[in-house]
Amino acid sequence: MRHLLSTRDLDRETAVHILDVAEDMAEVATREVRKLPTLRDRTVVNLFFEDSTRTRTSFEVAAKRLSADLINFSAKGSSVSKGESLKDTAQTLAALGADAVVIRHSSSGAAQTLAESGWIDAAVLNAGDGTHEHPTQALLDAFTIRRRIHGAGSRGRDLDGVRVTIVGDILHSRVARSNVWLLATLGAGVRLVSPATLLPADLTGWPVTAGSDLDAAIAEGTDALMMLRIQGERMHAAYFPTTAEYSRHWGLTDERFARLAPDTMVMHPGPMNRGLEISARAADSAQSTVLEQVANGVSIRMAVLYLLVAGGAEAHA
Amino acid sequence: MSRNGIRVVGATLPDGRRTDLFVEDGRFVESLTDPASARHIDADGLQALPGLVDLHTHLREPGYEASETVLTGSRAAAIGGFTAVHAMANTSPVGDTAAVVEQVESLGRDHGYVTVRPIGAVTVGLAGERLSEIGGMATSRARVRVFSDDGFCVSDSLLMRRALEYVSTFGGVIAQHSQDPRLTVGAQMNEGALSAELGLAGWPAVAEESIIARDVLLADTVGARLHVCHLSTAGSVEVIRWAKARGIRVTAEVTPHHLLLTEELVRGYDPRFKVNPPLRRSEDVEALRTALADGTIDIVATDHAPHPVESKACAWDEASNGMVGLESALAVVQLAMVDTGLSGWADVARYLSETPARIGMLDGYDASFAAGSVAQFTLVDPTASRKFDVADLRGKGTNTPYAGRTLPGRVLATIHDGYPTVLDGELLDAEVVRKSAAGARA
Repeated sequence: MRHLLSTRDLDRETAVHILDVAEDMAEVATREVRKLPTLRDRTVVNLFFEDSTRTRTSFEVAAKRLSADLINFSAKGSSVSKGESLKDTAQTLAALGADAVVIRHSSSGAAQTLAESGWIDAAVLNAGDGTHEHPTQALLDAFTIRRRIHGAGSRGRDLDGVRVTIVGDILHSRVARSNVWLLATLGAGVRLVSPATLLPADLTGWPVTAGSDLDAAIAEGTDALMMLRIQGERMHAAYFPTTAEYSRHWGLTDERFARLAPDTMVMHPGPMNRGLEISARAADSAQSTVLEQVANGVSIRMAVLYLLVAGGAEAHA
Repeated sequence: MSRNGIRVVGATLPDGRRTDLFVEDGRFVESLTDPASARHIDADGLQALPGLVDLHTHLREPGYEASETVLTGSRAAAIGGFTAVHAMANTSPVGDTAAVVEQVESLGRDHGYVTVRPIGAVTVGLAGERLSEIGGMATSRARVRVFSDDGFCVSDSLLMRRALEYVSTFGGVIAQHSQDPRLTVGAQMNEGALSAELGLAGWPAVAEESIIARDVLLADTVGARLHVCHLSTAGSVEVIRWAKARGIRVTAEVTPHHLLLTEELVRGYDPRFKVNPPLRRSEDVEALRTALADGTIDIVATDHAPHPVESKACAWDEASNGMVGLESALAVVQLAMVDTGLSGWADVARYLSETPARIGMLDGYDASFAAGSVAQFTLVDPTASRKFDVADLRGKGTNTPYAGRTLPGRVLATIHDGYPTVLDGELLDAEVVRKSAAGARA
């Protein structure tokens, strides 16, 4: 694996391997000395063209636990002209000797452009590109689901037969896209639920079933219910009339939460709009995996950095 | 005294006849008065075509000379076999006054590679709010006949109605960029399964088709002519077909790239493939080819849109729309239409020369190769094949989607107003062409 740009091009074997390495990394976190020397003298750059404290911090913690030198390069609001900035910044980072670039960008495809442009020779890790993909989020979600289901026996397992329902703004969600491909590759059955306005107009080729009835999805049963963050501003572009109406039809309200099977996981990539797409009770319940997702995010990002930068050649400590 | 004679030996005309061609004093003649001094061009095996006429070119001057100038764009046109181009109005200042269009026209005349016919803006500053001085441009030295806000759609229905009516007063035509702006906010590529996968905002076919449908009905209502720029969908073809069957005076164009390339190329997020309207599905490409072959689509026009390198060396949604097309247009048409058996060379002559000249009301292209007509023609080696490359371009733009692709055919000579602009497959020097042009005017 040279770069991690999307989950669409991950095969099952590679995906399971990443999850297994992440298990090793999670184990390290439980030790007294939580740092590995693996990436000593390697330089990892966090290149964020878009604000994201959570993802940036998660990568920062992951890189530090692997003893990498970390540079936080916030390119947002840079005075460089918009069109030229990605190229210029990439060449600057190449000159600085970056071994890996973790990129977050508002443009779909920016990570791939960076990886294939020839502007820089570093490993490129997509930390979210526009409305395209966010592969480490999907990996940490899959990791979280696998751990909840298989616990200590997770290693080597996929998600065969697991039913996952993703609810909300699919159209604009890179989290949804990455999850659709990865979960399907791992054998899970994926169902999308959203108003028709927030579903892509054409889902040909997507390994999913799609609909707009959340209650029906709950009645049929699901092992994990993944609630996506909804942006209230969408109502101004006529995607839905009001946040209250959205919440009534597609929110995980207390009432809907009560109808879930007791072992249905409630997932959310964060940050949550409590009271909009998810009720406080659901978010704070034992079924909620929200905080596990955050902790697992560090393990996944350690695993990916390790595999990309150290090439996975060196046995883990 | 030399009469700038040219003798072309053994050329194949669009109708398949093999003949010699004679040019003297800028016009085709039956025989040369001074054969000894005439320039001899061996056209054995070459296809002669009337000088190509592009109804949709962006020359960028004035205002964006870093992208293209009238001179560099004219050179790109000549090497592509063109003898006339229509320059879109989205310059800075916008071509919405007589002064601007006269400047562009006279630059073209002085450089002399091709006839440059400015297109006037429909609305002041292309802002879509009030009509520009259409009459002033029509009666200026530039004699503007085509009006377009290209790049923007005249989306206001009332303004479009008035524009159609007002332009008809001067015998002109509105060339509409059909794109409902509200249906394409932030649009990045064709809307469909691929845009969903790539996470790029979709440009739905209905945004084009609904405007065309409205416009043909408006044209019918007021009895005016309408020209539809760069049609890109199968649905648009159906609307045009319906309109023509009803007798509505509409003409339509398609670009070379929409005849060959599909949205699959967007998969790599390479901004060379970013264009407006966007590349569509292969079903659309098929429908466009069929429609061009059966005459539903009247012409091919390049939408030659040069951009500086930095406008394409960036992330997809930050990149500019557009591709250069003058140098490659004929080769792409040969590949998509001739080599597939959909068209013969007489068809190519019709949709790349005669009909665009008629729509643009450009004189001298209705009796190609006939004695007495101004000599505008190009000689093509249809058996040539080359791996197209940026080095094959002659304009300033390098944003060609064909770099690395094998394209058929090669323009070996272009004769404009009776003098050569291209010989032996290469442009003549700018100073030489300028002098030839001055001589032809004298």
